[in-house]
Amino acid sequence: MLYINCPHCGMRSQNEFSYGGDASVKRPELNKEVSDQEWDNFVYNRKSLRGKHLELWQHISGCRQWIKVERDTATHEIFRTFKADEEVA
Amino acid sequence: MNQAFRIENSGLINRDKKLSFKFNGKTYFGYEGDTLASALLANGVHLVGRSFKYHRPRGFFGAGVDEPYAVVQLYRNGETEPNIKATEQELFEGLEAKSVNCWPSVNFDIGAINNFLRIFLPAGFYYKTFMWPKSFWYRIYEPFIRKAAGLGVASIKHDKERYEHKYEYCDLLIAGSGPSGLASAYAAAKNGAKVILAEDKPRFGGSLLTSDVNIGNQSGKDWAEGIIAELKTMPNVVVKNRSQIFGYYDHNMLVMSEKVSDHLPTTRKYHPNKRLWYIRAKEVLISSGSIERPIVFGNNDTPGVMLSSAAKEYLKVYGVLVGRKPLVFTNNDSGYETAIEFKKHGVDPVVLDSRKNPESEIIDEAKNLGINIKNSYVVVAAQGYKKVKSADIASISEDKKQLGKIENIECDCICVSGFWTPTIHLASQSGNKTKFKEEIDAFVPGQSKQNEITLGAANGVFTLEETLKTSFEAGSELSKKITENDNEIAIPNVVEKKSSQHDKFWCVPLPKGKNYKRFLDFQNDVAVSDIEIALREGYRSIEHVKRYTTLGMATDQGKTSNLNGLQLVSEIENKVVPAVGHTTFRPPYTPVSIGAIVGREVGKHSKPTRKSPMHSWHEKNNAVFVDAGVWLRPRYYKRGNENLFEGSKREAKNVRTNVGVCDVTTLGKIDIKGPDAAELLNRVYTNAWLKLPVGKARYGVMLREDGIVMDDGTTTRISENHYHMTTTTAQAANVLSHLEYYLQLVWPELNVNVVSTTEQWAGAAIAGPKSRDLLQKLFPNSDVSNEGLPFMGYMEGDLSGVKARIFRISFSGELAYEVNVESDYGNFMWEKIMEVGEEFNIQPYGTEALSTLRIEMGHVAGSELDGRTIPFDNALEGLVSKKKDFIGKRSLQRSAFIAEDRQRIVGVVPLDKQTSIPEGSHLVKDDKAPLPNPKLGHISASCWSVEYDNPFSLAILKDGKNMIGQKLFAMSPLKNKVIPVEIVSSHYVDPKGERVRS
Repeated sequence: MLYINCPHCGMRSQNEFSYGGDASVKRPELNKEVSDQEWDNFVYNRKSLRGKHLELWQHISGCRQWIKVERDTATHEIFRTFKADEEVA
Repeated sequence: MNQAFRIENSGLINRDKKLSFKFNGKTYFGYEGDTLASALLANGVHLVGRSFKYHRPRGFFGAGVDEPYAVVQLYRNGETEPNIKATEQELFEGLEAKSVNCWPSVNFDIGAINNFLRIFLPAGFYYKTFMWPKSFWYRIYEPFIRKAAGLGVASIKHDKERYEHKYEYCDLLIAGSGPSGLASAYAAAKNGAKVILAEDKPRFGGSLLTSDVNIGNQSGKDWAEGIIAELKTMPNVVVKNRSQIFGYYDHNMLVMSEKVSDHLPTTRKYHPNKRLWYIRAKEVLISSGSIERPIVFGNNDTPGVMLSSAAKEYLKVYGVLVGRKPLVFTNNDSGYETAIEFKKHGVDPVVLDSRKNPESEIIDEAKNLGINIKNSYVVVAAQGYKKVKSADIASISEDKKQLGKIENIECDCICVSGFWTPTIHLASQSGNKTKFKEEIDAFVPGQSKQNEITLGAANGVFTLEETLKTSFEAGSELSKKITENDNEIAIPNVVEKKSSQHDKFWCVPLPKGKNYKRFLDFQNDVAVSDIEIALREGYRSIEHVKRYTTLGMATDQGKTSNLNGLQLVSEIENKVVPAVGHTTFRPPYTPVSIGAIVGREVGKHSKPTRKSPMHSWHEKNNAVFVDAGVWLRPRYYKRGNENLFEGSKREAKNVRTNVGVCDVTTLGKIDIKGPDAAELLNRVYTNAWLKLPVGKARYGVMLREDGIVMDDGTTTRISENHYHMTTTTAQAANVLSHLEYYLQLVWPELNVNVVSTTEQWAGAAIAGPKSRDLLQKLFPNSDVSNEGLPFMGYMEGDLSGVKARIFRISFSGELAYEVNVESDYGNFMWEKIMEVGEEFNIQPYGTEALSTLRIEMGHVAGSELDGRTIPFDNALEGLVSKKKDFIGKRSLQRSAFIAEDRQRIVGVVPLDKQTSIPEGSHLVKDDKAPLPNPKLGHISASCWSVEYDNPFSLAILKDGKNMIGQKLFAMSPLKNKVIPVEIVSSHYVDPKGERVRS
């Protein structure tokens, strides 16, 4: 079971969180013309990377905040975690 | 019997407490502190079971967790448990056990005929044989395999025992209480670190209990006892015996199974049977020791052949002689230690050493004691069927290829030692890539992967002095990092005898003209010849060889067989062992009972149960409950002998004619506040929300980004910046997460807060033509007339002093209201409604009537919003704004979503107006068409229309818009029904929606 450092609550076990997918996906702006390809990429197409991956988790049984987690998808090593509004450098 | 093999002056058992037990129906005696194995051996019982495939007689091979044979069916306190290792099961008064895998008895087993048919049962036998003809599979092969497979029989009774889970955090977790475990635990504890020390056996001390060493001028055993006693007094230390750490998972999470009650005749009151510990450790010290491995020779599975370390343990821990004429067969000095113990207890062993001329302190001691030692000698084969009677022995050439003249010597046990295999399972599970250590012919942990280090024998260190030194240092260093304390500990003096190099020899060649079975894996009957076949047939990867031959599988997971298997493969393949590699070590290290894994989450505790504040009223009024997610909801309120159909029909009819009340507390409720609340709703729902006035409710549909309907419900504007959203019961949690996702990540600029208030409000839906009259009486000071509270209106009211929210919304399609009060007043509200409603013939109605009412009105619910439908499919396209953007809107332009013949909701009536259509039935054009019959749609929900008194269903039908009036067939192969139907409008009752506005 992963041990995730919630930037709001501290170290918590994985069973308090729910997974939310790739954090690098940006929703196209509202009311903007979007091509089929662009929209497909946003809704469906994911890279399924092996290695370092920035992903979303929600601390669903805790502070209910969505956070960003930088994790290695092969080894499960977690490098850093960020608040939702924090810039990932 | 008289425990003829028990000797005086040896063992750690409590001879003051005699225990009786039964094995295969016969009564025996043992002592407190025995295992079932040691007690049976004390009584001279060596035959405990039959082997898996050939049904050969089997005895005891080890004395602990590595045991491949002695697996028994245990009976305790009216329960039975399969696959118990007799070598691990502690004796208690009244214990009963039986042999497995034999019929009619362990002494006369008919299956042993397989032993004579064994040339027909080679590796891969099952794969090769049970293939053809196909029709034989279900009738003949599968039942046969099922009967032949498995070791024990699981109980089919409900398990009355209780199992607990526990979460724990510590600085250092130490797996194993041998010398390295004790030393590192002691050093770390002295530095104030929070330490958990786990030992799988009942006694702490590991190898110190049986080895002849001195630490700090005490015997190893006394030193261990002193350390444990001191650790137990320290508040920062937890020591646990009977506790097996069986799995090493991500981020230094380890799981341990503590056997709390297995050693007792019955589980004590309020105690669990087992306790599963989830331990998150900062540092892990693996001090799991090593397991002796056998040397492979002919008939090496005969009862009486066992590991030399096991024979020593039976002698030193249990005071039991495993034989009176022991033959020790060794390739290293450990065999001598066992021989010396025999000699000290008045038994004369013969030692066969495969080495030519070994010299060491231990060997000198054996010689001085006058033990008969034969160098360059091996056991060729054990003789005897149910027990070793003699051994064929021979000298062996230096290259280990040529055997000398075969001699036969009498013996009653053969104690075999092929050197030691470090127990690296936990290290490997942590992700550590193991490496092969040539000097010990075994794998040891490599570079640490997580925060783990491996110490002592588990790390391939077999001298006590080095083990203690490195372990004290490791415990001290790691704890210092955490606590910043640095208490110096003097490392005690060690007196141990030096060993000589072991012989790289593991398998005795077959003598000419003999075809003895030489077993590698005893539990699965995998012999040298089976591996040879697998390799001949082209299996190369060790993982494939394992699966084809079953080497290293089953309950012992090859603890005594894996390395010898690798040696054989590497020899045949002419590779070095590390090039062959080993199979993956996966948790659990030892079998863990399913009960312990499940813990308390059984029966009604398997999931939480949510009950509305009115639950007790429903119970008192004969509600029949149904699971709605984790909620319990009344399905109908039973009157007399009514069944579900009759009861729900009565309730629904009463709503259509009088008035009914339904508990709708379970609906998800989300409180939304903030200046941008309207903007959020406008983006989340498909319809327009910016102009909703205060005091009004609106129905809304929300989509996922892929255009599929996610949920529906009403949202009410309570005040300028305050909204009350309702969701379906099932989607409540998902909708909240959905809103939080957009607010926190996508549109953080929106100034809005959302919070779940599902449990803060109790809800009652009051529906039916008389509902307004009832409401007026409930709220005499409010104007609830059609003008005062119009359809989709909202007001606050005073319910006999309790603040209430009144919404004029309807799911049933009737004139209807929903009243909310704070949860604590829920029951008060409900009773008030029933009391006031009496004169209007009010009846409570459950979810079944609720479904009937919504289905015949064509209102969609979860069975239509099933994660596969878009607004159009549910006839909700009128709610999709063309002007503004919202979540999922862009997806609605997908070609499939705008196709002319897109699926759509319709009503379905059976032509005979009698036959109810099973939900899930497929709609087809031609009931006689060959399979696969093209499916046009499916029945999503069915009811008995109380309005028309005939069956009515909703369906999602291809090109549904143009199908009204068509005749189709509803087919349910599951229910074996073919029903001719007519497609009608989904709005079966009150299609213009006049009642809700009346």
